[in-house]
Amino acid sequence: MSKTILTIDDSPSVRQMVSMTLTSAGYTVLEASGGAEGYDKAIATHVDAILTDLNMPGMNGLDFIRKYRTHPSSAGIPIVFLTTESDDALKRQAKEAGATGWIVKPFKQDQLVAIVKKVAGQ
Amino acid sequence: MNAMDPADTFRQEAKDLLDALEQALLDLEQNNDSQQLVDSAFRALHTLKGSGAMFGFDEVSDFVHEFETTFDHVRKGKAQTSPALIAVALKARDHVEKLINEPGIHAAAGEPILAALRQVVDAAGAAEATHASAGDRQPASNMPAAAAPGDGPAWRIVFRLPPDALAFGTNPSLLLDELRELGHCTVTALTDHLPPLDVMEPTRSYLGWEVVLVGECDRETIEDVFMFLRDGMDLTIERMDAAPSVETGAAHAASDRAAPEPAPKLAAPEPEPAAPPAQAGPTQARRPDTTQEAAAGAAERAGTSLRVAAERLDELMDRVGELVIAQSRLSQIADASGDLNLKAVAEELQRLASGLRDTTMSIRMVPIGSLFGRFRRMVHDLSRDLDKEVEFVTSGEETELDKTVVEKLADPLVHIIRNSIDHGLETAADRAAKGKSDKGTVRLSAVHAGAEVAISITDNGRGLDAQRIRAKAEEVGLLAPEAKVTEQELYQLLFHPGFSTAREVTALSGRGVGMDVVKRTIEGLRGSIDISSVPGKGTTVTLRLPLTLAIIEGMLVRVGNGRYTIPLSAVEECVELPRDLQQRTSDRHFLNIRGSLVPFLNLRELFKVKVPPDLYQKVVIVSSGESRVGLVVDQILGNNQTVIKSLSKLHSNIEGLSGATILGDGTVALILDVGQLLTFGQAFEEQVRKGRAA
Repeated sequence: MSKTILTIDDSPSVRQMVSMTLTSAGYTVLEASGGAEGYDKAIATHVDAILTDLNMPGMNGLDFIRKYRTHPSSAGIPIVFLTTESDDALKRQAKEAGATGWIVKPFKQDQLVAIVKKVAGQ
Repeated sequence: MNAMDPADTFRQEAKDLLDALEQALLDLEQNNDSQQLVDSAFRALHTLKGSGAMFGFDEVSDFVHEFETTFDHVRKGKAQTSPALIAVALKARDHVEKLINEPGIHAAAGEPILAALRQVVDAAGAAEATHASAGDRQPASNMPAAAAPGDGPAWRIVFRLPPDALAFGTNPSLLLDELRELGHCTVTALTDHLPPLDVMEPTRSYLGWEVVLVGECDRETIEDVFMFLRDGMDLTIERMDAAPSVETGAAHAASDRAAPEPAPKLAAPEPEPAAPPAQAGPTQARRPDTTQEAAAGAAERAGTSLRVAAERLDELMDRVGELVIAQSRLSQIADASGDLNLKAVAEELQRLASGLRDTTMSIRMVPIGSLFGRFRRMVHDLSRDLDKEVEFVTSGEETELDKTVVEKLADPLVHIIRNSIDHGLETAADRAAKGKSDKGTVRLSAVHAGAEVAISITDNGRGLDAQRIRAKAEEVGLLAPEAKVTEQELYQLLFHPGFSTAREVTALSGRGVGMDVVKRTIEGLRGSIDISSVPGKGTTVTLRLPLTLAIIEGMLVRVGNGRYTIPLSAVEECVELPRDLQQRTSDRHFLNIRGSLVPFLNLRELFKVKVPPDLYQKVVIVSSGESRVGLVVDQILGNNQTVIKSLSKLHSNIEGLSGATILGDGTVALILDVGQLLTFGQAFEEQVRKGRAA
């Protein structure tokens, strides 16, 4: 059974790119356009990993991670955040909130697949 | 079957370890600077000590501790192995065996052995020191510094995840998978940080991992695996073939924690203050490798084989036997009923049952190599005691035989090998005089030959002296002075009780006890034994044994109302009993088979059957080796696969019967013991001959 990845991003083009890349790598992809929607989907269905942007209107990525990690079903689910700048302070905040890894935008498709594979397995 | 007593498990394990130790020591004698062998001997000692203490064998563990401590000098290269050292170490090994098998009575004998061991090791150490100071060569153990086999450098990676890593989605098995993509990995989990169960939080990460990675990769590639975790985790990456340098830099330099907790104990190789600096490097580099190897070996064994009590296998074989019998009853019923569906099921069941039988039998098969290993020690000791240099060559160790057969073969083989070395091989001086090489050779080999296994023991010694055998046979009255016998028949006399031509009785052989026992044992296993010999060139003793004891092809016969099975392998031919021989006459008990006289036994008389005989009686001629006997029966019913069941204690001593089997219709048939019947036949023949002579 293929693994399910939830991508949370306010940009439809990034979501589409993530979705296409991961689908063609054999993953099933769920999409959410913001933190709140992402949270609902993440606890309503089984996901194997979550890919979230940090800068989003409404509930931002950091808030999403903090809120999601309070929910028991989040234990062991890897979260990778997308960040445009390699800001160490932000990275540390996200990690402390419970993120598993990160990927710096812009990224190539194979980088994305490699990271997802790294945290979620094939 | 009940669960085994842990002490029994230990004894079993200890036996294997002692065997491993013995093999390593004997190999060391041949190849005295192999660090691998030293390590493997040391490992066996170490495990023995640990397990011994765990199961309450304190004597064992105390003694092994001292043994290990002394032997550690060898491991560290402070002392070279020598024949003297190996001899004492073997003695110490034997002492351990005694301590295990007969606890409480041998403890006092240990100290002199240890003292001798220390003395030998110290002497070897002193010699070594002279060597080293003379600077003519490096101690052997300093040479193999490379930590692990394989291509590329070896890396030792020790890591512990941040406590919340598991909850936050890091999966350590994926990290290990990534490392495995870089090269060959040997992984050991470090469990020393595990808290007691009542305070353990299941989502926290307490484990650490130690990975020995051999592959073409650089430090950066390895660090990349841990890219998301580097700050906050303990990570040590060090090259194993370089001088050890404690490098926690990658982790701790990047870490912004003010005071990183001390590196885990295992991450930093503890220096050995006692060792001279030149030796510190390789010794430390080697240590993780040995533990890894042991761990890997154990893991591999656990994955590929399973230790099962022999009784359970016997039980399984019994059940399968019953199943085969039930199945053949079903087949009979199905055939009789003409119901096609029932027939189909019966056929299917027959197929499954025979598959199950074959598998079960194959489980019982063990390679004969385990047995061969034991003889190396014996040859080593004999060669020393008799002062004959002996090269012991084995082949066909992988040949498989039924477990019971292998066990019962041990004693006969001991006798034969002893004889080969004691009587067969000449002393070095004699060999030189004959222009032979100084070293005698004893070759032990096993090969499959059809449904049999042939085991041969060949020496290149003086060969059998047919004239002396003949003289001796005549002297003890086994052979009439003018009797014509073939060489083969003459050699068979060697198996006669009380026959020995050895000029002097040594402690080892030559008492004439043994070869008859050997023959009896081999025949008890439904095997045969042959000797061939070329004067001056050597002797070969060949044992032929059936692959398994549990199931035989049998010929089913009827005597009166009883049915009996004769092992088919022993059956030579079947003939009709001439009418004139049917009338019981006292002096006519021989049958003329194509010109040769064969004694026959009337099974009706032997089994005291009262039912009147059939009109035409049959004779089944059975043979073993050179001798033949005819068995008179009422009817020959046909061949059948026979699952051998042993007779109860009460019945097991009945002469002429070796077991029983259950037939397809549920009735019992007794299995005839051909060996014993042949003996009856011979005795009878002799009696008749004597009667005639008188």
